Amino acid sequence: MKYVDEFRDGRLAQVIAGNIERAVQPARRYNLMEFCGGHTHAISRYGVTDLLPPNVNMIHGPGCPVCVLPIGRIDSAIDLALGEGIILCTYADTMRVPASHGLSLMKAKSRGADIRMVYSAADALRIAAENPNREAVFFAIGFETTTPPTAIAVREAERRALANFTVFSNHVITPAAIANILESPQVREFGAVPIDGFIGPAHVSCVIGSGPFEFFAEEYRKPVVIAGFEPLDVMQSVLMLVKQLNAGRFEVENEFSRAVTREGNVKAKALVAEVFELRRSFEWRGLGEVPYSALRLKRKYERFDAEKRFGIEYRPVADHKACECGAILRGAKKPSDCKVFGTVCTPENPIGSCMVSSEGACAAHYTYGRFREATMAEVTA
Amino acid sequence: MSAVQSDYIRPLDFKRGHIDMSHGAGGRAMAQLIEGLFLAAFDNEWLRAMNDQACFAVPEGRMVMATDSHVVSPLFFPGGDIGGLSIHGTINDVAMSGARPLYIAASFILEEGFPLADLKRIVQSMAEAAHAAHVAIVTGDTKVVERGKGDGVFITTTGVGIVPDGVLISADRAEPGDRILVSGTIGDHGVSIMSRRENLTFETDILSDTAALHGLVAAMVEAVPDIHCLRDPTRGGLATTLNEFAKQSRVGMRIVERAIPVRPEVAAACEFLGLDPLHVANEGKLVAICARQDADPLLAAMRAHPLGRDAAIIGEVVDDPRRFVQLETTLGGSRMVDWLTGEQLPRIC
Repeated sequence: MKYVDEFRDGRLAQVIAGNIERAVQPARRYNLMEFCGGHTHAISRYGVTDLLPPNVNMIHGPGCPVCVLPIGRIDSAIDLALGEGIILCTYADTMRVPASHGLSLMKAKSRGADIRMVYSAADALRIAAENPNREAVFFAIGFETTTPPTAIAVREAERRALANFTVFSNHVITPAAIANILESPQVREFGAVPIDGFIGPAHVSCVIGSGPFEFFAEEYRKPVVIAGFEPLDVMQSVLMLVKQLNAGRFEVENEFSRAVTREGNVKAKALVAEVFELRRSFEWRGLGEVPYSALRLKRKYERFDAEKRFGIEYRPVADHKACECGAILRGAKKPSDCKVFGTVCTPENPIGSCMVSSEGACAAHYTYGRFREATMAEVTA
Repeated sequence: MSAVQSDYIRPLDFKRGHIDMSHGAGGRAMAQLIEGLFLAAFDNEWLRAMNDQACFAVPEGRMVMATDSHVVSPLFFPGGDIGGLSIHGTINDVAMSGARPLYIAASFILEEGFPLADLKRIVQSMAEAAHAAHVAIVTGDTKVVERGKGDGVFITTTGVGIVPDGVLISADRAEPGDRILVSGTIGDHGVSIMSRRENLTFETDILSDTAALHGLVAAMVEAVPDIHCLRDPTRGGLATTLNEFAKQSRVGMRIVERAIPVRPEVAAACEFLGLDPLHVANEGKLVAICARQDADPLLAAMRAHPLGRDAAIIGEVVDDPRRFVQLETTLGGSRMVDWLTGEQLPRIC
């Protein structure tokens, strides 16, 4: 496959691995956070960790929009779908996230709620158009990658004067999350995680550009390398971060130059700015309340806002006591640190959202990496 | 008007006719359907006897029996249809014991309204598949359910065969040091179904690999009588079959990604659809496990057969109390190949 296989080449991987090995200072530890769920998945699926020296420590960040969705928001979506005879349109991953009262969207569906899996906002729009006598609500989640398509759907609904289409917006912003990890007193209170540098998100950067990350690099004096999703992209970015750290630099570098520019997708950004505005605060699972980190529809588009139309009230819900998703999302703990990982909490019966999405740290580790525990732990049976 | 022959019976309308409840009622309409369609297509001495059962002599040896229900959707897909699938599937289950398949029973659950033209196509497919495999469909059953209570047609096939002496193939026979082989490219069937279901058109036609494997198995057993394990990786794909073997044999496995044959079109389609080829169903491939010293002769025998041209040794069996299947990635790193979580694709076969 063109543009794909080249970036998975085993021989090149060994070359880069050698370069990283030679670049790292033996006595130094490099703690690198990969923000994006896509990177977490790539690292696990290809076993990238096996090619890195032991003093490079990869920390999985909260860049999985399903994982950071608070239980309370899913409860609201379930209430909508169960209570008012609405068609709720949602991405597949969101369907399995466990919410309150032992429910999930999937379980609500089996109880009769009309919940439909869609691949995009455009599908939800089509469902609204095909069912003019019913309300269609699009459960919109995602970082900046999926926000422009939602904006387009809203504009299209306006153009077609669709009276039965609304969006339940849970779109979140990447830079705010990174700032929160680095800065928030809450995070400091929970236990600061030493992070030396960031592997920046791939597709988010296609939209917002590499520019917004310059603030972090400057302000917190941490290097950021925007990386593509293929394993060689990740490895090359690790090398670039190691070199910056060795040289005491803290800049934004763009490894994903085949798709990312400094300005990003100007048209997409303009569309989002036209339709959405920032919420003052939004709860993130694992991070608590984060200011200016999420989007809602602007007043002029409020007739497409599900929260306004259906009077949705948000009720925060605490995570299951044994669930360590919060700490894992902040990079403070690893999946194997969680007492219920792999036993009570599995992909078939997830307790927390990190286990539901295939890009969640726990799901990735369970599916691809849990054999590592076995080789290190004592075998009792 | 010309005279009507006194023995005229209105024939089944295969062009425009549909199944209705009378076809399952046990009366005249059902008898006509059975004679005019099933018996005509499958024709053999047992069916001609028109009993509710088939009587045959049992040759010497150990008998093997296997059964499969087929609910694949869509019924017709690139490279095959539910009919061919139902015959190949059961032949393969019987053959995976090393047995020669002999007889098949076929049950149909038809939905009211199902077009006779489609049913004829499916039955024709079954007849061709059975004939090519030298297997006879000797008995069967027909039921009809009301519209909305079925999905066109569901087919259940049961097959019997005889295992030659000295052949002992079983999922619990893998041992550390054994080699793991596959007979060809993986993921073809699942992707062909997906492409038709989702109305996706790829530049290349990806065809289902549905095929009867008993000839390949016979060639393999002749070259290496002491094959330890055989299975065809259908639902859940190669990953599931390997995990099943690991669990039943109480071993672990290490396989090499680079060695696993996958057609570029299938790899690209899986990439596009977010599927892992290791979890995608196959309907004309098998996984074999044999002792290390038998691997090369077994591979040669497979590659000499038309259905095993792309056969490859993909890994080895190891000692592992955790029964994990590990994969060396194209990158040189390691990851697990786990049981499938949830369902990848519903109604794949």
